[in-house]
Amino acid sequence: MSDLKATIARHKRRDRLFAALGTAAICLAMLTLMALLIDLAMDGLTRINGQFLTSFPSRKPEQAGILSAWVGTLMVMVVTIVSAIPLGVAAGIYLEEYARKNWLTTLIEINTANLAGVPSIIWGLMALGLLVYGLKLGHSVATAGLTLGLLVLPIVIMSTRESIRAIPSSIREASYACGATRLQTVVHHIIPYSLGGILTGSIIALSRAIGETAPLVTIGALTYIAFLPDSPLRNPTGWLWSDFTVMPIQMFNWVSRPDRRFHENAAAAGLVLMVMSLGMNALAIVLRYRLRRRIKW
Amino acid sequence: MVTEEQPAAPTQVVKVDAAPGNRTSIAGEIAQRRVAARTAGRSPEPAAVRAQVTDLDFWYGSYQALRKINLSVLANRVTALIGPSGCGKSTFLRCFNRMHDLYPHHRYGGAIVLHPEGVNIVGPHVDPIEVRMRISMVFQKPNPFPKSIFENVAYGLRVRGENRRRILADRVEQALRAAALWEETKDRLHEPAFALSGGQQQRLCIARALATDPEIILFDEPTSALDPIATARVEELIDSLRHRVTIIIVTHNMQQAARVSDFTAFMYLGELVEYGPTDKMFTTPGKKLTEDYLTGRFG
Repeated sequence: MSDLKATIARHKRRDRLFAALGTAAICLAMLTLMALLIDLAMDGLTRINGQFLTSFPSRKPEQAGILSAWVGTLMVMVVTIVSAIPLGVAAGIYLEEYARKNWLTTLIEINTANLAGVPSIIWGLMALGLLVYGLKLGHSVATAGLTLGLLVLPIVIMSTRESIRAIPSSIREASYACGATRLQTVVHHIIPYSLGGILTGSIIALSRAIGETAPLVTIGALTYIAFLPDSPLRNPTGWLWSDFTVMPIQMFNWVSRPDRRFHENAAAAGLVLMVMSLGMNALAIVLRYRLRRRIKW
Repeated sequence: MVTEEQPAAPTQVVKVDAAPGNRTSIAGEIAQRRVAARTAGRSPEPAAVRAQVTDLDFWYGSYQALRKINLSVLANRVTALIGPSGCGKSTFLRCFNRMHDLYPHHRYGGAIVLHPEGVNIVGPHVDPIEVRMRISMVFQKPNPFPKSIFENVAYGLRVRGENRRRILADRVEQALRAAALWEETKDRLHEPAFALSGGQQQRLCIARALATDPEIILFDEPTSALDPIATARVEELIDSLRHRVTIIIVTHNMQQAARVSDFTAFMYLGELVEYGPTDKMFTTPGKKLTEDYLTGRFG
């Protein structure tokens, strides 16, 4: 009897120990993030104002701003979204719902997983050879967007496949048993029920892309841009072929200068980038919650 | 003789005709009582053959799951498929709407000929989509779509291209009435189907299967995930569909087969052991194997 009590007490101690370790781990992660944000805010918060967001970079730190950087990031992201998400979602749906399960699809699956782990600089080199020189797209927004699109494509494909796999086969069977074709099943059931997961995965992929620097340096992003491309209202596709810079490159440029006041600018730009990235993640969480609320299996 | 172990129900008019040494099963009793009750009312008109199964074989890859099945499914009657786990009864059922075609490495042999037009629904040139439009199915676990109650029932009509609101509303109401779910759902047709209880969800799935006027409805252990009260309601529902639509039901539960079916097929190891009228099957089975199964000696 006392043996039993001792055993239970020992197990409970282990239980508490594990809970304590878990709490410590999550605290460490949160503290690191908070420290980073606070550090950036202390250095850069004073610089964040209308002038900073609406000025081009400048030799004078107090006049410099991130206008060309955030507009550049926005333009590149638009190309990335338009290129990677439809392609990735379509590929995921094809692999899950249409492709026969054989050695070829297994090979594709392994390769997709591997591609998601390829260092981003490799994608940059590939883009330099294929997009910049091969397809002669130049050092343009289009090249950058397509490069990041390729970079996140495997992530979009994998998250699409994951969320499709979460749909129970009984739902698929119910649809087919009603006489639905494959396309009807995909359009009426598979896409709506996996939309939450697909959107979440896509947004997480984009929040990875937004911070990428190495591949864009490789394809020749500029560090000093003191103009914006023509408004798309006047010249609908002109912006695609324009030179560009993006937020992390602008940051990197400022950090590498000796003048301390540029470091403040870099911190401020970092803060804006963090807000963009965390904002996208928050959006992903909200979307997932809202879209999953209607569905329980 | 053990036929009088339990007091006979007042309506019982059929005398038990057990072979010497038979142990009468509870299911046998139920079958007799039900037949007795029914013969007291109107006797059903003789039934035509709706589907003729001839030498049906089925393979999963190299594994033969069904061997030379032969039986006739009668129109507007309930046919129960019973047998121990793994005997092939669900596999057999899923041949009727070509559900196996969704998965690779399947192969059919023989024929299931649908009357009166005489088309072999497992034939290689028959489109499984067409078969599924004519033969609907209710699954083991309730599997409503995460859509509204209305859209669940209307789905079969929607895939047929029916989008006229009046017609959809009429057909949905008819189907929900036929599935004895209308009173419970008429004020909440646009609420999600998941808001219903498990038993209601299964009746919703039955309404979904009924909405397209199928020639046959397949039930794959429709009550195995339900509590006894919900089970009773589904059985009542199947009973109310009797003589209006052809039903094939797979069940693990012999009492259920006895309660709801007109004909019973006993399967074992991928073969059809015995097939006949339910009351006869449960009281005077023709084969030793059937008798052993029905009296609970195995399975």
